[in-house]
Amino acid sequence: MTVVTKPLRVLIGKVGLDGHDRGVKLVARALRDAGVEVIYSGLHQTPEQIVNTAIQEDVNAIGLSVLSGAHNYLFPRVLELLKEQGAGEIVVFGGGIIPDEDMPKLKAVGVRALFRSGTATDEVVKFVKELRP
Amino acid sequence: MTQERRERFTSLSGLPIARVHSPDDLKAWDPKSDLGQPGEFPYTRGVHPTMYRGRLWTMRQFAGFGTAEDTNRRFTYLLQHGQTGLSVAFDMPTLMGLDSDDPRARGEVGYCGVAVSSLEDMARLFDGIPLEQVTTSMTINGPAAVIFAMYLAVAERRGIPFERLGGTLQNDILKEYIAQKEWLFPPEPHLRLIVDTISHCAKHVPKWHPVSISGYHIREAGSTAVQELAFTLYDGLSYVEAAVKAGLDVDAFAPQLSFFFNVHNDFFEEIAKYRAARRLWAREMERRHHPKDPRSLQLRCHAQTAGCSLTAQQPMNNVVRTTLQALAAVLGGTQSLHTNSMDETLALPTEEAVKLALRTQQIIAHESEVTNTVDPLGGSYYVESLTNRLEEGAREYFRKLDEMGGMVRAIEQGYPQREILEASQRYQREVEQKERIIVGVNECLEPDEQRIPILKIGPEVEKAQVDRLASLRSRRDPFKMAGTLEVLQEAAAGDENLMPYLLEAVKAEATLGEICAALKEVFGTYKEPVVL
Repeated sequence: MTVVTKPLRVLIGKVGLDGHDRGVKLVARALRDAGVEVIYSGLHQTPEQIVNTAIQEDVNAIGLSVLSGAHNYLFPRVLELLKEQGAGEIVVFGGGIIPDEDMPKLKAVGVRALFRSGTATDEVVKFVKELRP
Repeated sequence: MTQERRERFTSLSGLPIARVHSPDDLKAWDPKSDLGQPGEFPYTRGVHPTMYRGRLWTMRQFAGFGTAEDTNRRFTYLLQHGQTGLSVAFDMPTLMGLDSDDPRARGEVGYCGVAVSSLEDMARLFDGIPLEQVTTSMTINGPAAVIFAMYLAVAERRGIPFERLGGTLQNDILKEYIAQKEWLFPPEPHLRLIVDTISHCAKHVPKWHPVSISGYHIREAGSTAVQELAFTLYDGLSYVEAAVKAGLDVDAFAPQLSFFFNVHNDFFEEIAKYRAARRLWAREMERRHHPKDPRSLQLRCHAQTAGCSLTAQQPMNNVVRTTLQALAAVLGGTQSLHTNSMDETLALPTEEAVKLALRTQQIIAHESEVTNTVDPLGGSYYVESLTNRLEEGAREYFRKLDEMGGMVRAIEQGYPQREILEASQRYQREVEQKERIIVGVNECLEPDEQRIPILKIGPEVEKAQVDRLASLRSRRDPFKMAGTLEVLQEAAAGDENLMPYLLEAVKAEATLGEICAALKEVFGTYKEPVVL
């Protein structure tokens, strides 16, 4: 018997108002090159838009980029909306300008991993690939 | 021994670099026409004959966070420590033309800049600061005309004549579509607003710089030095063309245009970039517009050290990076400079970190003695050959952009965006494969990272702003306010200059968000072509 595994699907998203998309695009490209199905949200998405897209696109994970300092609001809000919509199994990870001292709080509310600037894209790819159930 | 450490040596932007440079590199180079004298065409050596012997550059630290009062205190602090000009950073909602109480502003108020939603906020921001004595730079683009109207209204209220106001509005929308990605409307109405501000300044605020044509963000988005130079100067030419097309005489506004460049890690390439920028601008303005006033040919600029070069790892190393970059900007002949603080890759800077960054400039200015002569690297085989190659590289892009029908068409096709993304990916690969070493990131690692104190912004800023807006909305005359928005919309549908209408609206206490929403109804919105 052959087991057909569905490829991993990841929504890479810019949530909030900042338009810095250099990092998010590098991550999206690296994941795509590694065989992950990547959906890119485009800029300036609200948490509601991100969650709706994630559910419609049936993704395994959401990777969010925030460089505006609004991470303490935006990440928990996305997680809260996912739970409300019964999609709490979707893994949320992210990156951007996130001070070390904010990381434990974000992880405590369910952000699986946070990558700060200077992270090699391989590290993000490795993390995503290990999500396969 | 002839063995070298690497097979190929390239600049940070990928230009191949020879082991040694010699007169052979400059065979076609004519010191008379390519170098010239400082203060003379083509301005390679600087826009002033005396440069820093006459006057040092303006030390201008970009600042803004929290409420208007918080930032006002930081401004006062910086002026007390010898800073000579102000530079306002606005928060994300303000940059996007949204009020602090807009649902989309949740969690973002006061974080990466100061929140300004109303004339009252603007008045508080500059409380006690003599607007006729300082120059103020405002980094705002999409809603620039509205924010400028608020600044003018504050000056008017204090009885300061507009002719005495000096400063800069960034107001450069093309680089928003290219790199920073904060716009409100489609390109055409944005260009019209830019021409409106240019024309308004030419008539009423003659000392103001209505547009600061910015390469900084293009570079931060991952471009090479050549791309930064090419796209920025081409954006500048696009604004000149738009203003001339609208009937303005080139000499009525071009002397007030200014530029804003990044200054990155490659020391000599960056110096060459500033020199090439001045020469290319002078030559292209001469060729395309034949101005009579020589000031229309002079590229004046502000420089900021590269935020993207800072590392979260071993953050104190950032002081050293910034020092080298700042020195390059000075050797390149900048008119004004911002030095990043070591903690800016983690958060907005603390007071102590900003002070150290300012001190860095002061040490270069007063102790290094590099200011004693104009363009000290002029005539260096290496620097002159880099200057030539940067100019040539930029010209190649100019030809492509001309062929595409101009910058707006190129942006709609995703051309500059794609070029930058490719360059940024190339750089990332070089770092990950250790072809480029970043100390503390891919070499010289430390198991126990340094921790430095960082600035905290609390949710109380958002609450304060929301409460203030609620009280403003209940206090003002709603009919008068709505009336100003109605006539603004009528004017926007026609082709009159919108500045007088914006002034009336802000004076009637229409908020930033209300004005921008009213304009969006007329102008529409823009969705970018996704380049991935």
